[in-house]
Amino acid sequence: MRGVFDIVGPVMIGPSSSHTAGAARLGLMAGKILGERVVKAEILLHGSFAQTYRGHGTDKALLGGIMGFEPEDERLRDALEIARDKGIEYSFSPVDIPEAHPNTAVLMLTGEKGRTVRVEGASIGGGNIRISQIGDFEVHLTGKYPALVVVHRDRPGVVNKITTIIARYGINIAYMKLSRKNRGQEAMMILETDDELTGEMIEDCSAVPEIIKAFAIPSIRGRE
Amino acid sequence: MISFNSIAELVELAQKANCPISQIVIQWEMENNFVAEEKQRAMMLKNWQVMEESLKRGLKNYEKSVSGLTGGDAVKLYAYRQQGYTGEAVLSAAASAVGVSEVNAVMGRIVACPTAGSCGIVPAAIYAAAEKNGNNIDEIVDALFTASGIGMVVEANASIAGAYGGCQAECGTAAGMAAGALVQLAGGAPEIVGNAVALAIKNLLGLACDPVAGLVEVPCVKRNGFIAVHAMVAADMAMAGVQSVIPVDDVIDAMNRIGRSMPSSIKETAEGGLATTKTGLRLTKEIFGK
Repeated sequence: MRGVFDIVGPVMIGPSSSHTAGAARLGLMAGKILGERVVKAEILLHGSFAQTYRGHGTDKALLGGIMGFEPEDERLRDALEIARDKGIEYSFSPVDIPEAHPNTAVLMLTGEKGRTVRVEGASIGGGNIRISQIGDFEVHLTGKYPALVVVHRDRPGVVNKITTIIARYGINIAYMKLSRKNRGQEAMMILETDDELTGEMIEDCSAVPEIIKAFAIPSIRGRE
Repeated sequence: MISFNSIAELVELAQKANCPISQIVIQWEMENNFVAEEKQRAMMLKNWQVMEESLKRGLKNYEKSVSGLTGGDAVKLYAYRQQGYTGEAVLSAAASAVGVSEVNAVMGRIVACPTAGSCGIVPAAIYAAAEKNGNNIDEIVDALFTASGIGMVVEANASIAGAYGGCQAECGTAAGMAAGALVQLAGGAPEIVGNAVALAIKNLLGLACDPVAGLVEVPCVKRNGFIAVHAMVAADMAMAGVQSVIPVDDVIDAMNRIGRSMPSSIKETAEGGLATTKTGLRLTKEIFGK
């Protein structure tokens, strides 16, 4: 059963929980995955998003989210102008992704330090979202929990090393997903946790020899 | 551990504990999502404050939506409130609900209740009831918890999404939530709350979600006004002692089955109903230029 504040709530900027609030959350997640100030955003819109984005302010919500605006932030309305003022380059184009959810967006972001990331996700109703792809990896992220993303070499015992570190910090794992490109090659694990992750813990994870990179994505359920 | 999957169970828990339904809902949230009562009350109060702001802004809103389809009707209706057939309280509530919904359409801040498309109904009905009864802020916050509990049961047994259940799932659920909240604000017992929910939802079964151009505007904005009033009538009927022959959980079951059997063309796809009328299609073309 959904919680009390999923029914009365959330506080949001209209007009649509799926096309506006959910879109802002998708942008917010993509921005957090990039982890640095965005200078360029190329956004592809699929299905209903591509059809109706202007009337629903989906473009403003996505871009606002990328700049860190929450679904209830009134600046979402003016997100396109704000982005232009900040010198952020952006574009919206339609795309057809076979079998994707009708409210899917692909966000290709470039950060001020040159980092790039490609995030694919859908707004699945009521403002809830699902990130389905980060770069080449298939993932399943809702943003409801803080997440630890670890890119590593596919070797025996790596999961154990990471979960041991998490346990040492007294953090409980809520959900976990492991995926890889090919046996023995690059792999990715995503752990959603009940508590926010600390920089120190990320450093400990990064120090494990098989780890290529580790980073945290804070939850986006921080309303209040 | 408190658990409820039906309105009957929710009502029974409240009766046994000799408390309003809101207290059971608060207890549930404490046990399931580990949020202390005090914090829950603060969060709900914030929701009410946003609702009230959006309502007041709506009654002064002249701004048109991006599509140009809606905006300015709440002001007209509010100005007419003393002249109408239905009386000032009813027309003020209708104007308030239209206003909140117009604020939503111009990308203003609202509270989804249970959805953005139905965001005007609960605030407008509660605001009108609180004015009439002189309810204080704590009673209003309590009523919102009761409303939420009702929505939680509907969501668990049917749907609150237009894409799954049509507009009955969004505005129908909001009507049930509002009617139940209004009974509690009038001092009605938990079983009367249940009856009001049954009456409210029963009379919106089968409602299509067929918005023009797929936007949350036509018919959504004005419909919020109509359904806020519908919820008030349901609460009045229940308080008057009128019984729903079909009990509330059966009504929710019917809502679920009707929602499933409705064609997808009238479930938020803009592929049927009002959206594909001659005018609906022309407007769509004008808005999206194709």
